[in-house]
Amino acid sequence: MLLAIDLALIIEKLSLISVVVMASMLIAMYTTFAERKVAAVLQDRPGPNRAGPMGILQPLADGLKLFFKEEIIPSFSSKFLFILGPGLAMLTALMTSAVIPWGNEVRMFDRTVSLQIADINIGILYVFGVVSLGVYGIMIGSWASNNKFSLLGGLRAASQIISYELAMGLSLIALLMVTGTLSLKEMVEQQQAGYWNIIKQPLGFFIFLICAFAECNRTPFDLPEAENELIGGYHTEYSSMKLGFYLFAEYINMFVSSVIMATLFFGGYDIPFLDETKYNGNLMALFGVMMLMIKVCFFIFLFMWVRWTIPRFRYDQLMYLGWRILIPLALFNMLLTGGVILYFHK
Amino acid sequence: MQALTNRLKLVDRKPMSLLERLYIPAIIKGMLITFSHIFKKNPTISYPEKKRAFSPVFRGLQILNRDEEGRENCTACGLCAVACPAEAITMEAAERQPGEEHLYREEKYAARYEINMLRCIFCGLCEEACPKDAIYLSETFTPADYQRKQFIYNKQDLLIPHPKEDPDAYKEALGNRAVKKELPLN
Repeated sequence: MLLAIDLALIIEKLSLISVVVMASMLIAMYTTFAERKVAAVLQDRPGPNRAGPMGILQPLADGLKLFFKEEIIPSFSSKFLFILGPGLAMLTALMTSAVIPWGNEVRMFDRTVSLQIADINIGILYVFGVVSLGVYGIMIGSWASNNKFSLLGGLRAASQIISYELAMGLSLIALLMVTGTLSLKEMVEQQQAGYWNIIKQPLGFFIFLICAFAECNRTPFDLPEAENELIGGYHTEYSSMKLGFYLFAEYINMFVSSVIMATLFFGGYDIPFLDETKYNGNLMALFGVMMLMIKVCFFIFLFMWVRWTIPRFRYDQLMYLGWRILIPLALFNMLLTGGVILYFHK
Repeated sequence: MQALTNRLKLVDRKPMSLLERLYIPAIIKGMLITFSHIFKKNPTISYPEKKRAFSPVFRGLQILNRDEEGRENCTACGLCAVACPAEAITMEAAERQPGEEHLYREEKYAARYEINMLRCIFCGLCEEACPKDAIYLSETFTPADYQRKQFIYNKQDLLIPHPKEDPDAYKEALGNRAVKKELPLN
């Protein structure tokens, strides 16, 4: 029957969705903490260490603070869009995690549970589509604020994300030429069997990494919220938990782009130098998820490490880098990949 | 032209080479520098738990001294108030009554002795002016407070703990700065 509803499947997927959403929220929370700690360590100071042992409860205190702050909606703003902005930013940030394969299949209650919410065959295109929508949250919020600084921040965000998405897409095309599939799950399986894609596409990864920094509005590309130029950029007028949503969405984006980089170029949940098929499935799946998290942690650390090292670009430098360096470089990478594939597969 | 110091550095205005224009070596160099800071010792002193040692010449909160038997040294002569450039010290003198010999060292004492800590500049001139070794600046500083009037320290706030009743606190408050002078007895 075509319309037969598989209740067990619905329960399975719903629980998986809630676990993934909860986990990305929790990780985003502790990423804010990690950011402060990493910043502190790189600057020879201890960082937050008062709330709980080693300051481990700091994110809770921060969240509580944001909830208790006064909620201000400026009288000159368009109210509906002002509220919609942060919600949209958060929604798109959370939606990207739907196609990410978190681990191998698990046998549970006589069912084979795939640790992926949806294995759609255009997985990476879906991610691109949703990430592109993310800029609407910023644009709508900044426009609705009716504030010059916010608008400037929103304009910067829009043009920056559009510019860098091009180079990102072009660098991905070269990767897709190598893998021959758009499904993230299949990509991981290919990397499990063979080599990681980083070996085949080092230049592609490099371009992708730079573009990921730009897409997440992270330093050195944090022009949309440049504190010292635009006060707070697109979230100047925001306060309380609506500001929290924007900041949170940024950290979730950072987490998701780290996962995607790990999945595309570093074998996802693949454990290097180990044949997973030889061992117990469930245990291996667990180790796989842990391995993915280790890779993600490295990338998140990289994001922070770069933030506390490299100063912000000037706006014309940003555009120059995006349009006149990264896009030609990505095109060249595409040409090179195509040539190599043609040469070896003739 | 003769340079005044040898710190003159000529600015290199050569156009950047290809390697320099790539910026990547410079970025990697910078990131290694920040990474190396992970292994550096951080110089922070977690304040309330750990306190930094002050230098021997540090001048902090004033303390009114007592002698070995716990009698107040101050005779309310007013020299400290006169010496004070910030006019932070006020006092009222009183005469020692019979039976109060264990409280005050001499016939005259300060009934009221106040220092306005918001005015005080911790110059230490009161300590230098005092002929009776009654006031000196300790190695602690004025704690923060919520109200301005709390900063007017009276005699109870300033007096050193009794050397007989609370010898440990007395020793701690005395610190290294209390100079034991031979007091001229009259």
